[in-house]
Amino acid sequence: MREYLISPLNFFAWLGRVVIELIQELGSIFFFFSQGLFLTFPFQFRKILDQIYFIGVKSIFVILLVGMFTGMVLGLQGYYTLVKFGSEGMLGAAVALSVIRELGPVLSAIMIIGRGGSSMAAEIGIMRITEQIDALYTMDINPIHYLFSPRMIAAVVSFPLLTAIFDTVAIAGGYVTGVMLLGVNSSIYFSRMESLVDFHDVMSGFYKSLVFGIIVVTICCYQGYVVHKRREGFGAKGVSLATTNAVVLSCVSVLVVDYIMTSFLL
Amino acid sequence: MSSEPLIEFKNVTKRFSDKIVLEGIDLEIYPEEVTTLIGKSGVGKSVTLKLIIGLLKPDRGEIFYQGTSMTKMSRRELKEMKNQVNFMFQNNALFDSMDIFDNIALPLKEKTSLKSSKIKERVEEKMSDLDISGIESKFPSQLSGGMQKRVALARALITEPKIVLFDEPTTGLDPLRKNSVLNMITHNQKNFGFTAVIVSHDIPDVFFVSNRVAIIDQGRILFQGVPMDLEQSEDQNVHDFIHSQEIMKNEIIGLRTRIDLERAYKSSIKSSFLDDSFLVLLLTLENCEQIMERVGFLVSQKVISTLTEMLYKYIQVEGTIFARYTQNRILCILPKTTKETALSFCHKISTELQEKSFVQRSKYPRSCVNFEITAGLAQGSQNMELPDLVEEAQKEQMVLASLLCGEDK
Repeated sequence: MREYLISPLNFFAWLGRVVIELIQELGSIFFFFSQGLFLTFPFQFRKILDQIYFIGVKSIFVILLVGMFTGMVLGLQGYYTLVKFGSEGMLGAAVALSVIRELGPVLSAIMIIGRGGSSMAAEIGIMRITEQIDALYTMDINPIHYLFSPRMIAAVVSFPLLTAIFDTVAIAGGYVTGVMLLGVNSSIYFSRMESLVDFHDVMSGFYKSLVFGIIVVTICCYQGYVVHKRREGFGAKGVSLATTNAVVLSCVSVLVVDYIMTSFLL
Repeated sequence: MSSEPLIEFKNVTKRFSDKIVLEGIDLEIYPEEVTTLIGKSGVGKSVTLKLIIGLLKPDRGEIFYQGTSMTKMSRRELKEMKNQVNFMFQNNALFDSMDIFDNIALPLKEKTSLKSSKIKERVEEKMSDLDISGIESKFPSQLSGGMQKRVALARALITEPKIVLFDEPTTGLDPLRKNSVLNMITHNQKNFGFTAVIVSHDIPDVFFVSNRVAIIDQGRILFQGVPMDLEQSEDQNVHDFIHSQEIMKNEIIGLRTRIDLERAYKSSIKSSFLDDSFLVLLLTLENCEQIMERVGFLVSQKVISTLTEMLYKYIQVEGTIFARYTQNRILCILPKTTKETALSFCHKISTELQEKSFVQRSKYPRSCVNFEITAGLAQGSQNMELPDLVEEAQKEQMVLASLLCGEDK
């Protein structure tokens, strides 16, 4: 890096290289995703169910926990903000809209990245460095079909369902603080929610969770799959870097894509 | 056996960045034979296997399968070819999150439409063939290295492939397990009749199981043919490779090999460095085989190394060549030396030898073998071949030292 700072020309060379590498990386990720999509058929029901269990069922507890506390914090913060305007009756709608449109899909995705995405990257990375992926290839089993496609379908199924659970629990969390602890009227909490949250809000949350699922599983599996090509580290170090990269890139991508989708879906 | 190769490399080159791993190699692999690829580490043996199975693609040249170039094969033909080849990895590459049954059954589950009962039957049969029954529910990490090799072999053979590629199947195993894995491969190759390609470093053990051998060095095929031809090869590189252990032992004690000696002798005669005034001194450890058999290899090696040390100590003639002519004979070519001088060397060696512990009876309390260390001299001549000089030196032998098990001498 230091030599690039000496001359502006070198700096532009460095910048150009970084941009080219970024575009190449994005191209590779897209190609990886396309192969996974193309190789979805024939369906591998058993493996898809296993992955739904791993990504979905095993994440329920953490989703319940995070959803409940998110809803409770929203209820608390929302109440003290709205009460200044005499609008505490809007609490139910405020909690529901924040959760259904934004926090539900984003926080669910981040929780699943932490729990499932990192282990996907590590598992596939270890399979790569121990030649298990090469072994699949030598048996004429396409590794992308075998490893990535079931995870992608499982993510497409699991992410919206987990987001729905998160939304429901968060609304219940808002109810606990708003109604049960701070005394907002229960009927008003739900009636305002019913009148202000429409189907479009629900669908925008659903679309987001669907897209996040695809992004997270593609990035995490890709990082593990190409661990042998990393220049920064091989073997165990390579796997650890791949796992870190998978988590960081997935989280950043979720937030960036969330902004882009929100601006289109509003 | 067919005379047409099953797999043929023609002028194949493979490079990684700037490093050329294989440079225009031609290699033939015949059906139902065991072909072994040997060579130093990092010369491209595993790359050759990966080129066969398609894990890597050649940068130049072509690989033919049953006479058809793999680059010209249709997708379906390539798929059919791949279905007939299986690969046993150096580190086994077993799926560590699956149990042994699933590991072996995986190719059948994924690539065939067999019912689970039939798959179970075939896996159990293969496990029984390889003597690994009863470990179906264990995981690879719970097995010993030898068992893992057997599981990997079972997985490689479960689809009954026509070709099995073995990447260093015996690396890292102890001598007993190594022999057992080599036996297992040959036994199964004979039973199932597949074509085997083995990458190995186990010289000479691997020659006993191979029909053909190819030596890869510096990106080229140094030799390919039957192991007997390999033994007879006069190519210095081939000789160095197959006798690497022997050469190493001789180098440690400071002796040249017989091939080296013959080459040096010829060039010295040609350059007239050796005229008719040179002598040949032949030192022999008699009864060497019995010593090795009954007392041990180290005693004979000790005698040879002590003799070598003494030769270097007493024979200070410039240009002398010391070589291990056979296992129990050291040959010295002494330029410009008279018989009297040579006899005085022998006398000094004899005096010192008799002081050495290995000619003392008390050193062999359990098993003792009579032996003699003898010396023979021959007058050299430019017209004489080396074997004739050796024969001449053998005619008149004098005893330098001996051990008689009845008494110390």
